[in-house]
Amino acid sequence: MTGKSNGRAGRIGGVILALEGVSLAFGGVKALSDISFDVREHEVRAIIGPNGAGKSSMLNVINGVYHPQHGTIRYLGREYHDMDPHEVAVSGIARTFQGLALFRGMTVLDNIMAGRNLKMRTNILFQALRVGPALREEIEHRAFVEGIIDFLEIQAYRMMPVGRLPYGLQKRVDLARALATEPRILLLDEPMAGMNLEEKQDMCRFILDVNDQFGTTIVLIEHDMSVVMDISDRVVVLDYGKKIGDGTPGEVRVNQAVVDAYLGVSH
Amino acid sequence: MLKKNWPVALLGVALLVGLALPLATGASAPGFYIEVLLGGLMTGVLYSLVAMGFALIFKASGVFNFAQGTMVLFAALAVARMAERMPLWAAILLAMAIMVVLAFLIERIVLRPLVNQEGVALLMATLGVTYFLDGFGQIVWGSDVYEINLGIAKEPVMILQNVFEGGILVNKEDFVAALIATMLVVALAIFFQKTPTGRALRAVADDHQAAQSIGIPLNRIWVIVWSVAGFVALVAGVIWGSKLGVQFSLSQVALKALPVVILGGFTSVTGSIVGGLIIGVGEKMSEVFLGPILVKTFDLAGGGIENWFAYVLALLFLLVRPEGLFGEKLIDRV
Repeated sequence: MTGKSNGRAGRIGGVILALEGVSLAFGGVKALSDISFDVREHEVRAIIGPNGAGKSSMLNVINGVYHPQHGTIRYLGREYHDMDPHEVAVSGIARTFQGLALFRGMTVLDNIMAGRNLKMRTNILFQALRVGPALREEIEHRAFVEGIIDFLEIQAYRMMPVGRLPYGLQKRVDLARALATEPRILLLDEPMAGMNLEEKQDMCRFILDVNDQFGTTIVLIEHDMSVVMDISDRVVVLDYGKKIGDGTPGEVRVNQAVVDAYLGVSH
Repeated sequence: MLKKNWPVALLGVALLVGLALPLATGASAPGFYIEVLLGGLMTGVLYSLVAMGFALIFKASGVFNFAQGTMVLFAALAVARMAERMPLWAAILLAMAIMVVLAFLIERIVLRPLVNQEGVALLMATLGVTYFLDGFGQIVWGSDVYEINLGIAKEPVMILQNVFEGGILVNKEDFVAALIATMLVVALAIFFQKTPTGRALRAVADDHQAAQSIGIPLNRIWVIVWSVAGFVALVAGVIWGSKLGVQFSLSQVALKALPVVILGGFTSVTGSIVGGLIIGVGEKMSEVFLGPILVKTFDLAGGGIENWFAYVLALLFLLVRPEGLFGEKLIDRV
């Protein structure tokens, strides 16, 4: 494992996403207070913490679902304010969901093709007639999607309604749909939650493969410490909406505040 | 599977037997039977058209659009009044533009501020839209009865005279209307199933958050959906309007669409098509064949089954299959 980390270390580039002093409150409840951290290009960055630590809120802030009351978010050197989730997606940040948020009524293929929608440029009229540029476009995108399907080894399920697949495979379709948008940053919200050991190992392999082969920067939230320590380059630790640790897995593991949070020392 | 669905199966069998009985018992001549059947199908297609407007919006935004019926009236009024001053085709195009503007305004003024609110709040909002459109439509377009002349002969024609004794009497205008409605239904089905925009619409219908996360703009999708619903309302309005005259009661036609969507399932476009046909045929058949029997047996003044058949059928469906024929079964965690 360490060998792999060292191999990847050379590829990690400059800061691509930086959060500074981000605070988010829902009425009187402070979900996040004064959080700052950065994400470097091509790295696997984990956000961990016990239940209710603010991990999902953090992801939703980056994703544009929540707009923080204080603080700035810089992506590719530019500050962004009050971006809608779809604008964030267009700018190259994709995400997967905790639990399942697939388009249940659609096939695996249609789910992933939907991820290509933002790359499509022909107008509705051409699309409706399926002529000329629209047809060519559909074929190009289909080819791209087939690449992802091969990559995630879900060829056999292409035409299946997504609701009929077992949980582990549905999570893979979720990942495929996010990849279809060709993201620079991929946000993964508890990708391993509810999986059995074998499914977890598969998912870990796919996350590392995505990172290696597409060079996608990965920000993942995880509950399960052991998984995170194995695949991340750097880890942010949150507890009660505050940042209590930041560093390589090795550094975080010996950080007293982190150990306390996880072992449940009284606050 | 069958064990659980036996009430639905029973209802289906009852409907089929009822459908076959007049012919089987020889109560009706084949020619007349087909005439009634065709009449039912043609009305049914028109019900489907209005019901589709409901289903489209409910699917894409989870809003039960109470204003659909008024949109039908509003569009018909717009066409009828503008056609007095310009050719019909221009009036229809202009009315379509008005419906798109309306969709845009509804999204901006009504839906956007209510994002993430309870379904009931949105329902009430569309109720408000209904009253607004009723009043606004009458102020702008007037409140008399207007006509839309599609330039198709209204006289019934006799067809297949050499196949059936007495031939089959068909209203040419009904026939054209059914044809247009069928084409529209097919076109919409293709739009939804085969185009990227249709895929985006289905994606939004299934999961708002996930759709946004892959770059589908919710607001634009809502404008498209309401525009399509406006377009459907326009076609329904023009066809019904040319049949019955454009008047206030037109918005009541939409009331018939309610049992249709209950029957077919709120979330299903296919359901509204099938539901419309079942109710169209069902009410015509029962009016013609069941009505006289009821009148005779119970010594009633008149049958009038056509007026209540749809609602009773919808009620039965609510009892045995609340999600409708093609709707998604809702499983709520308690």
